[in-house]
Amino acid sequence: MSVPDNVIQDELKPASFFKSLSIVDWVFAVLLLAGSVFAYQKYAYLMDGYEVGILFGTALSLVALGWWWKQTRVLMFAIAAISLLAILLYEPAIANLNKDGLFGRDAVAALSSLDDKTHSKFLFKYFLSSTSAIMWMSALFVIATFAYFFATFIRNEFAGKVASGLTWSATTMGFVGLMVRWRESYLIGADIGHIPVSNLYEVFILFAVVTALIYLHYEGKYKTKTMGGFVLLIISASIAFLLWYHFEKGAHEISPLVPALKSYWMKIHVPANFIGYGAFALAAMLGVAYLIRSKIEKSNPSSQAIQMLPSLNMLDDVMHKSIALGFAFFTIATVLGAMWAAEAWGGYWSWDPKETWALIVWLNYAAWLHMRLTKGWRGAPLAWWAVIGLFITTFAFLGVNMFLSGLHSYGEL
Amino acid sequence: MAEQGKIRQLTRRGILLDFLGSMNLAITILVIIAVASVIGTVLQQNQPYNNYIIKFGPFWHEFFKTLNLYDIYSASWFLVLLLFLVISTSVCIYRNVPVMLKDMRNYRLNAQLKTLRTMENSQDWQLSSDVQATENKIKQFLQVNRYQLREKQHADRKVITGMRGKWNRLGYMFAHVGIIVLCIGGFMDGTFDIALREWTGKSVVDINTELVKDMPEESQLKPGELFSFRGNISIPEGLKANFVLLQVREGRLVQYLPFAVELKDFRVEHYESGQPKSFESDLVIHDDQLDKPLEKTISVNYPLIYRGYHIYQASFGDGGSKLKFKVWPFNDYQLRTLDIDGVVQEERIIDTAKGQLTLEFVDFKKFNVFPAPKDDPQKRKFMNFGSSVVFKVRDSSGAAREYINFMSPVLQNERYVFITGMRTSVAEDYRYLHIPSDDNVSIDRFMKFHALLNNTPYVQKVAVETVNTILKDAPGGDQFRDNIIRVMMDLLDQFNYGGYQAIERYIRDAQVDNEQKRKMAEAYSKVLDTLMKSLYVEVLRQEGVDVEKGINRAQEQFYFDALDALRQLHLYGTPFYLQLTDFTHRESSGLSIAKLPGKNIFYLGCLMVIIGIFLLFYVTHQRVWLVMYTGENGASHLLFAGSGNRNQSDFRQHFQELSEKVDAILKA
Ligand code: HEM
Repeated sequence: MSVPDNVIQDELKPASFFKSLSIVDWVFAVLLLAGSVFAYQKYAYLMDGYEVGILFGTALSLVALGWWWKQTRVLMFAIAAISLLAILLYEPAIANLNKDGLFGRDAVAALSSLDDKTHSKFLFKYFLSSTSAIMWMSALFVIATFAYFFATFIRNEFAGKVASGLTWSATTMGFVGLMVRWRESYLIGADIGHIPVSNLYEVFILFAVVTALIYLHYEGKYKTKTMGGFVLLIISASIAFLLWYHFEKGAHEISPLVPALKSYWMKIHVPANFIGYGAFALAAMLGVAYLIRSKIEKSNPSSQAIQMLPSLNMLDDVMHKSIALGFAFFTIATVLGAMWAAEAWGGYWSWDPKETWALIVWLNYAAWLHMRLTKGWRGAPLAWWAVIGLFITTFAFLGVNMFLSGLHSYGEL
Repeated sequence: MAEQGKIRQLTRRGILLDFLGSMNLAITILVIIAVASVIGTVLQQNQPYNNYIIKFGPFWHEFFKTLNLYDIYSASWFLVLLLFLVISTSVCIYRNVPVMLKDMRNYRLNAQLKTLRTMENSQDWQLSSDVQATENKIKQFLQVNRYQLREKQHADRKVITGMRGKWNRLGYMFAHVGIIVLCIGGFMDGTFDIALREWTGKSVVDINTELVKDMPEESQLKPGELFSFRGNISIPEGLKANFVLLQVREGRLVQYLPFAVELKDFRVEHYESGQPKSFESDLVIHDDQLDKPLEKTISVNYPLIYRGYHIYQASFGDGGSKLKFKVWPFNDYQLRTLDIDGVVQEERIIDTAKGQLTLEFVDFKKFNVFPAPKDDPQKRKFMNFGSSVVFKVRDSSGAAREYINFMSPVLQNERYVFITGMRTSVAEDYRYLHIPSDDNVSIDRFMKFHALLNNTPYVQKVAVETVNTILKDAPGGDQFRDNIIRVMMDLLDQFNYGGYQAIERYIRDAQVDNEQKRKMAEAYSKVLDTLMKSLYVEVLRQEGVDVEKGINRAQEQFYFDALDALRQLHLYGTPFYLQLTDFTHRESSGLSIAKLPGKNIFYLGCLMVIIGIFLLFYVTHQRVWLVMYTGENGASHLLFAGSGNRNQSDFRQHFQELSEKVDAILKA
């Protein structure tokens, strides 16, 4: 029996990637690219060459992301649809307010402020303005946290699906909030408009959605919801901070940028950083889960609770993957930061506290990775270390701005 | 003997390399560097030494200084740590790379059955059909899965091995060589050659000299003398400079440039909130190498690179604005004012009744935008307080107070006031004095009123008149009236000297009981008030107000506001008020100029590290083995095994898929 070679090849080959793409994938890609061409045509006059590069680079990366991880296509579609709806509705609503003598910041505040009683349009007040979208995100994340724990507690598959759904929705609303906020900043004043990754309030939202996305990826890959509650705990903690920051400090107000931040570098440096922070935070929470489970296994091996917790091997594995992902992006972010510093401050490395703490975080995880790979460490010690790593990371992210002075002082509390 | 020595040498060298390249040493260094870095962020670096002495006391200050904790990142011990990291990484590379290179090429064709069987990922089939036919299929299958194959016929078995993802090993090289490269780049741009020059005595950091032209020879550096540097220079509009200042610990060095930078114009734009929105400088580079001067505008984030020198927009400030003042004396009842000129960052001496005082003009600001109070009647978010000047007044003992005066009156609580702030040290907040403005929104009436209060003969006259009118028919006669007049004069004296506090003190020290003190206070304040009101009416009359018709609300309000101001005047600390009357604004641009020859090497290192990390994390060096052998029972067997050097669970899954396919091929 002889079969022609090429037949065997076709049969045995892992399906070619491009051939495995469905029509939906292609429609998605075309829509996304069309969207970025549209954005380019409409806003090219506001962008420099680098920003055009970032625009199309982002579009291509998103296409790749959508092809590689199919669920994100739906996510992107939902974000785009809701954000566009909000943006389209904003225009006439603002025009109406202008007639009443409200302009710029006042007009946007009248539409978006949660406590403005006079002018709010129902849809804006309760759904579409960035502040409301962010409130939705906050509520959904907190509910999702409970839902995950509840689902693992009653071991109900449907409840688990609900928890995932809530997390996806929260992520959607978070991104919508950021998108709309971006637009709002330009409605307040052409000179004030900027991408919403410029201050602590904004990056906390970014942190929440990025962490959630990384989590959702592992959830899909490992087909388990048992890690969800733990990861969502840290997201909920950041939400708590966000709400405090909003209501106590009025941090949700959109403020203009200091000159040093007016740069295309911000658009890539900050998101890369937050993939790092998000991944490190996720790893730490899995570390917590690991420590809890191994403790229970030791003290009470037949406990029911063990069944509700993710397996140790999986936790160890995901923790490692997450730290690796975080390390890779944190490295990129730090290098981008150095390049930006070289353009804004006159030197790529000034031992400014924020830079230095980035280095500390980086060295810490480098040591972690080496212990795992070259010394073969596994399990509890690394879990502890991941948790400690989160404290170091948190200090780099928050503590530096709160306690130390330096060139990065625009993120003050 | 010779042989033995060689061996010992070898081993000694081996031990040293073992030590230097060990993971334990590497991790230890990483941790120490991290801890040292933490110290450097917690302890503010490069502050004036006095700050540290105040904070830590002389003993610890000396100790910290010896350890170089105030400039940790240029401390020699810190550099040695970094050097050790580089050495450790180099040794690590030196030891690992040959192994890894071999590993990339080694297909492990001699793997033993025993070993392969015990591997985590292995599966064995007993074959019924022809081995040869299936072998090709499996080989093809592995090839399309991007495995590169080699085979070897052993006496008892045939081994086919496949390998993919060997680039993972290059990742190690990229990442670790990258670290060294970036350290070298960073080191080139560090402060090592300044340290070297200081050490050899070629350069001495200057601590005291104010002006660059007075700096000693050994604190000056010719163009190109430093391999790399980063310095600052502030250039006023219209001037040029051919040097930068390098901050070294608490002193400075001056580095000359091979060209001069002229600031033609400086512009700053503000947001509505008064924050700077953008600032930019029109620079002109004067260089003999250029046919004509090079003009270029730089702004934040958009530097100019000229001949390897990076010129950045860093900050801005006052470049010597010209100011005009009117000096209102507080202790001259004839109110002889004086017109003087001043220039920001310069000083001048004025003679006062309290002796010579030095005025140091610190800063001038054209705008001062502050958030408006929440209940602002005009619903503004921000208000502009107008121009302001900051100056210091230093007496002959060297003690100084700092003042901030706003040029125009500012609307506060629906009336315009002149605001002036005072503090005795820069660490304090200003305490503000609000001087009311008169019907013409000028400061004149207040000054006249104040002068009148100090005009004793005149006050005496008014006091007599007032007492004689109000107490015309009072019992007690002239004696009583004289008494009252004396008390009046006394009280005003006290008030002028120390405000109400002085009067309170005066009452407190009286030898009477508390009840009487209360009565005294009441009486005194009435008496004083009466006198001051009479004097105020005098001022109004002199202004030409027809006081017989009564005074209006604003004029009445003025009296109370003036009283508030007068009450605090004794705390103000200078015998005059300096009114800014005119200015010619001149800005200066703060430039950062750097020469960083290691920058691109640093970036190259960074790029290598990033490439390396991605290869290390996302490529796995994977191997599979196919072994065909004859089992104990004489039947032919196929053993399929595999291993990956990363992500074991992923590889397990991958191997699972592979062996399922192999199984299918075998069964086909
Ligand atoms: C700041 C310095 C360093 C950084 C950022 C760094 C980075 C890395 C990274 C990212 C990995 C891959 C880890 C993984 O896949 O989980 C790695 C592996 C490794 N590193 Fe380092 N490294 C550094 C210093 C060193 C030093 C000083 C040594 C030697 C003592 C060393 C020895 C190794 C070894 C032996 C491996 C394993 C390579 C392999 O098996 O493929 N590293 N390093």
